[in-house]
Amino acid sequence: MSGRRQPPAGPAAELDDGQALALLATMRRIRLFEERVAQLKRADEVHGLIHLSIGQEAVAAGVCAQLRGDDPVYSGHRAHGHAIAKGAPLERVMAELMGRVDGLCSGLGGSMHLVDTEHGLLGATGVVGGNVPIALGSALAARLGDSDRVAVVFFGDGAVQAGHFNESVNLATLWGLSLILVCENNGFAEFTPRSAHTNIERVSDVVAPYDLTRETVDGNDVLAVREAFGHLLAAARAGRGPMLLECLTHRVRGHYEGDPARYREALAEEDWRERDPILRLERHGVAAGWFDGDAVAAVERDAGEAVSEAVRFARQSPFPPAELIAELVYADRGRG
Amino acid sequence: MRETTYLKEINATLFEAMRGDPRVLVIGEDVAEGGPYTATAGLAEEFGTDRIRNTPISEAAICGVAIGAAQSGLRPVLEIMFIDFITLALDQLVNAAAKAHSMSGGQLRVPMVLRTQGGAGQRGAAQHSQSLESWLAHVPGLKVVMPSRAVDVAGLLSSAIADPNPVVVIESKTLYFRRERVPDEPEPVPIGRARTVREGGDVTIVALSRLVGEALAAADRLAAEGIEAEVIDPRTLVPLDLEAVVESVRRTNRLVVAHEAVAHGGFGAEIAARVQAAAFDHLDAPIERVGAPFAPVPFSPPLEDAYLPGSEDVYVAARTTLGRPAAGS
Repeated sequence: MSGRRQPPAGPAAELDDGQALALLATMRRIRLFEERVAQLKRADEVHGLIHLSIGQEAVAAGVCAQLRGDDPVYSGHRAHGHAIAKGAPLERVMAELMGRVDGLCSGLGGSMHLVDTEHGLLGATGVVGGNVPIALGSALAARLGDSDRVAVVFFGDGAVQAGHFNESVNLATLWGLSLILVCENNGFAEFTPRSAHTNIERVSDVVAPYDLTRETVDGNDVLAVREAFGHLLAAARAGRGPMLLECLTHRVRGHYEGDPARYREALAEEDWRERDPILRLERHGVAAGWFDGDAVAAVERDAGEAVSEAVRFARQSPFPPAELIAELVYADRGRG
Repeated sequence: MRETTYLKEINATLFEAMRGDPRVLVIGEDVAEGGPYTATAGLAEEFGTDRIRNTPISEAAICGVAIGAAQSGLRPVLEIMFIDFITLALDQLVNAAAKAHSMSGGQLRVPMVLRTQGGAGQRGAAQHSQSLESWLAHVPGLKVVMPSRAVDVAGLLSSAIADPNPVVVIESKTLYFRRERVPDEPEPVPIGRARTVREGGDVTIVALSRLVGEALAAADRLAAEGIEAEVIDPRTLVPLDLEAVVESVRRTNRLVVAHEAVAHGGFGAEIAARVQAAAFDHLDAPIERVGAPFAPVPFSPPLEDAYLPGSEDVYVAARTTLGRPAAGS
């Protein structure tokens, strides 16, 4: 779509058939995982404030598929997809959402605070935009440690109006940090449309005065996300940055599970089938001969089994012992 | 012994930490220029501006940068120039730094130091004079230290940099330039250990930061009247060395808690509550609290002088616990 200041022509890796199928598998796993989470939330097995990314899976998949395990990734309150795409085991994410001791964070974090250091997920946050400056810190550490790690932070368009976002963009450009800001612009900041929050429609226009490399893509097209992010990543890996990738996407669910979403009209079923990033890749991949219908069905079956197994695992995990509350306040008390 | 100042010891400790550990870096507004009080003077010349990083006036972002750097293996020392501006960094400090270790089930560590300074007495008016330590002490996950003299600021800053947790070091601007004598080879100062500044058997005075000196002046005056006060400087608010205070109160049976912060909701209330719970049977009088009135710090010099708690207030409070109110009070 509209490239403002085009990225330097870094090579985006060619997509082979296996990678295309892997993108489909990641998106399908996120979708089925979150659909199951919605059911479990209604059944009171998953607890707390749950924000689903159904409809936005292409961003998580297209971005994370190209990252290394040691590239630090940060997210916001709608983080399940990012965690799964970065490699967090489904069963440990599910156990965390159920508040169990085998959850990623031993049940002390929950849906909005997923962390998986083993896979480079340094954290989600319930504070909108709150992890943007923290991602700068990880990028600074990479710089000072002579590492070519690239820090990535996901956030929604609602974060862009916050002061800390603007402070961060200023500082990241001033210091030239290898950081990629990935905005999921779903047009809604919690319960109100973007037009009620700002007069600037595109996030890439908000940051324009900082003259950083930025691009706006169709965030429901996983191939477009992957292509655009690949160029940015190659440049960031070479030490050029920061950059911003704005992905225009659609949040199918309400702001949180249980949100009646009376503030907007649901997309008509046939319109959504046209835009659904998973169906789009399935149609495109079969037409292009990357994979066939059997492979698509196998992906869905495997993802369904993985989600069922995750639920089984989480259900049999105990709740954490109460001693953990005090043990984990400080890093020099108890374990950790 | 050698002569130094509180401020020189901060500077020297930063030099030593940066020489000894390449992970240590200093982040803050004007730090490469030394800052308004010269706490970081000369560091950029020796260590370069990669490790002594000037920042824009963006307290929220730079606090986040320090957190991210700490989570990624560095040992950042962040300077917030006045504690009054910590308000702008509190989301990062409270919602991220303090909670990262717990919320991640122990996966993340945030070994960062936030250096800042507070206190009134320099006609700075209500936005450059506050004592906000009780806000920070209220947040699980943060450690809070409040040194009252040169040797303690050196020892506690050094311990803070080595600590695996976020530590807030609250300095006092009014103590910065006072000449002090310190040992050539000072003892380390661990976080969480109080110091008995003066021994006495009649009343215990627990004082924070600048009020330690005021408490000592009050103790001298009380001694001239035959009352021996024990003065304790907790040095660390979180974790608090409660046992040192309780042990003293068991002997003196009286307690005064003194700080410059507004008394209402101040840290003195926490100390008082915990001491009465631990040693109620040993108390012969209600615990007295000394603190500022419930009002913003006034600008006009006579008003600021009247507003600030000092040795007279500590003296009166100590006499009150002994049932011997000062003449005229």
